[in-house]
Amino acid sequence: MKKSQNTGRNNGRADLLPVGIVLAVLVFWQLIVSWGDIPPYILPSPIMVLKALFDEKELLLTHTLATLNEALVGFSLAVVLGMIFGILMGYSEPFRRALYPIFIITQTIPIIVLAPLFAIWFGFGFLPKILIVILVCFFPVAVTFAQGLIKADEDMDQLLKVMGAKRWQAFRKVRIPQALPSLFSGLKIAATYSIMGAVISEWVGAKSGLGIFMTRAMSSFRTSVLFADVFVIIVLSLGIYKAVEIIEKKIILRKYNIR
Amino acid sequence: MKNIIEINRLNKEFLNPEAERQGESSLKVLKDVSLSVSENEFVTLLGPSGCGKSTLLKLIAGLDATYEGSIFLSGKDLRSNNVPVCYMLQKDCLMPWRTVLSNILMPVEIKKGNLKKAREDIKPLIDEFGLSGFENYLPGKLSGGMRQRVALLRTYLMEGSIMLLDEPFGALDEITRIQMQDWLISVWERHKKTVLFVTHDLDEAIFLSDRVLVMSTRPGTIIKELRIYFARPRSRDMVLDPKFNEYKREILKLLSEG
Ligand SMILES: Nc1ncnc2c1ncn2[C@@H]1O[C@H](COP(=O)(O)OP(=O)(O)OP(=O)(O)O)[C@@H](O)[C@H]1O
Ligand SMILES: [Mg+2]
Repeated sequence: MKKSQNTGRNNGRADLLPVGIVLAVLVFWQLIVSWGDIPPYILPSPIMVLKALFDEKELLLTHTLATLNEALVGFSLAVVLGMIFGILMGYSEPFRRALYPIFIITQTIPIIVLAPLFAIWFGFGFLPKILIVILVCFFPVAVTFAQGLIKADEDMDQLLKVMGAKRWQAFRKVRIPQALPSLFSGLKIAATYSIMGAVISEWVGAKSGLGIFMTRAMSSFRTSVLFADVFVIIVLSLGIYKAVEIIEKKIILRKYNIR
Repeated sequence: MKNIIEINRLNKEFLNPEAERQGESSLKVLKDVSLSVSENEFVTLLGPSGCGKSTLLKLIAGLDATYEGSIFLSGKDLRSNNVPVCYMLQKDCLMPWRTVLSNILMPVEIKKGNLKKAREDIKPLIDEFGLSGFENYLPGKLSGGMRQRVALLRTYLMEGSIMLLDEPFGALDEITRIQMQDWLISVWERHKKTVLFVTHDLDEAIFLSDRVLVMSTRPGTIIKELRIYFARPRSRDMVLDPKFNEYKREILKLLSEG
């Protein structure tokens, strides 16, 4: 009991450190802007960003909802597809050999190139956006899950063999639960990519979204609004990451008790 | 009594790149091993670390068919037959995400047996294995001795008339180990099963077994068979008997000669 309290306190202290650093940077930033007499269209002060955030809150909210929608739909589809392909690659060696290089190639194509291309093919609607999000989120999920699945515990495999388990049985009952921690590490990476993917896909054209709002703010030199937009993007990304982490804790720690 | 396990001139070597680099083409692990175990007998393989005890059990469990010589289980040649055995590996291999009960019932689940019925059937066994009240615990929350009892009960539920136990108490502290030996011997004397037990602990071997097979260092071969003439049911006092020390002295001498 005492021990867990102690570690809890230590974690609390460790969590405070990044908060402290961010605060220090903000203060420093504020001081530079006010003392250095820097024009706001070049670098707005944190207080001005806060003000922009407040003044534009209604517009920001509609754009946030649009982006969040694309990110969540794309992320969910990527998770489903990533898990399916992760299982296929984890289960079948030929499948892995055939697919893995293709997946790596998809990762080397810059999204900046794909976004306008998708706009040409699929227009400026919802579809090209989700496709981009799926493309960036799919890979980490599929690859980490597959890697977790092929990591063998030889003793466990042998035990199951002696019990008379079929290959698929052993896979389902041992390999998949064993691979959950690595699946979640992939899910967390994908979670942080999802909002970014949606924003980039909006740059080339969209009716609404944080990405298109960002380009509008940029072209009208309203830099403080641009910063406010970026701030919302950071908060959203962290939020999705945190949500995945909470689910992970629930499943892995409570149910599976693996660390 | 008929022989449940019958092994004749068994040789086993591992072809591995490591050995090749050292100028040998293979690593010879078992040499001319012959042994037999009759029904409901408790036989122990005792030998130094690395002499091939685990390898021998793996061969008997049917996990590796690359050997010379023959292994017969219940009269069936292992090369052409699949003979189910109850096998407990050196590692306990409990699944950390499954409760004690669902770990224990794993063999039934794999065989697609009636889980509901099995759950009822094993109630007295759970009690006997000292696990009642812990059915819904996760293995991470158990003591070392308890984990071994969970693994033993799971092994017991695997179908097969032979139990292969690979150093089940090897990782336990001395006190727990002695308690587990006392407990195992009482359970075994009630249930009687054919057991081939592996250990490198002399006291454990003599205390538990009808016969002790002493193995040499690698390549392992059986250098001596000792019949342990202590009456059953056995009790801990046995270790104070001068005869016990005589057995021990004899084994020590054999092991030091190699
Ligand atoms: N799969 C394998 N490939 C190559 N060499 C192996 C393999 N398994 C075991 N060996 C080698 O065979 C020898 C015997 O190993 P084994 O595990 O059977 O010993 P052991 O008698 O069980 O030892 P311990 O008492 O330490 O468990 C060792 O030298 C080991 O390195
Ligand atoms: Mg061993």
